[in-house]
Amino acid sequence: MTYATSRADDVALVDLLDRLLAGGVVITGDLTISLADVDLVHISLRALISSVEKLLEQ
Amino acid sequence: MSDHSVYLYAIGDAAIADSEVLVDTTGVDAVAVHTLVEGPLAAVVASVDRDRFSEESIRTHLEDLEWLEKVARTHHEVVDRIARVHPIAPVRMATIYLDDAGVRQLLRDRAVELAATLDRVRGRSEWGVKGYAAPVETSAAEPAASASDAPGTSYLMRRRTERDRVARRRERVAETAEKLHQEFAQLAADSRVYPLQDPRLTGRREEMILNVAYLVDEAGAAALAQRVDAATGNELRLELTGPWAPYSFTSLGES
Repeated sequence: MTYATSRADDVALVDLLDRLLAGGVVITGDLTISLADVDLVHISLRALISSVEKLLEQ
Repeated sequence: MSDHSVYLYAIGDAAIADSEVLVDTTGVDAVAVHTLVEGPLAAVVASVDRDRFSEESIRTHLEDLEWLEKVARTHHEVVDRIARVHPIAPVRMATIYLDDAGVRQLLRDRAVELAATLDRVRGRSEWGVKGYAAPVETSAAEPAASASDAPGTSYLMRRRTERDRVARRRERVAETAEKLHQEFAQLAADSRVYPLQDPRLTGRREEMILNVAYLVDEAGAAALAQRVDAATGNELRLELTGPWAPYSFTSLGES
């Protein structure tokens, strides 16, 4: 399988956050940063949206 | 008390420990990444400052897009480098242990599940398919109202007709997307449907109508790419992303 395309820098942040925040092996670390899936995705999306809106306002 | 914690990126075969792939790779806190081996499994970890990566600090930072993006991209970079060469089970972002012993304990306690997860993704990779409904062109040349129409009535009629047309098309495109997803899923060992992304985040005028990840082997990936290409039309635009490390298919305890 070729890994020629879609490497780290090209990846859209929103696609990455889909995977990093809602995917992956879910293990409770020593630091229980209880990353409640949905909450976290919402938090991050809210952060994204508000930053996009700030950009638009400028 | 130690002033650092251990950030866990991914779990793979013990062979990763002998691999060149992690040379010169640094983690989210700019410290070199290394492996911890327990039996057949290796954990990919790097040290992070205990205060900067405390629960409270992370919680505060999650709304800081610059921080979030930097950590997400670095985490991805580490995982991605390994995934190009080795089967790997990425761990969710910001999974942190107080010391190496905690990570080693995890590798021992959940060895069976972790090995099964690795076996499921072995020889396979993840591809994303996103579908967008092309924007509907509103008819510029509207038919002139006939003389007998009351002007208000005919305007409302036209508006309603237009609205119905848009709704019907959206329904049609959504049905097509769903059928295609069922077809793509046949090529895959597994699939995972993600929520549709907000247009403000995709930066596209088209409405997203499909957002799915597929776990495919090499032949499946080729077939998927070919089908996505062939199925992209005027009304439904499909986009393929990947290959991704199998982020969407590494939940423990699932088959």
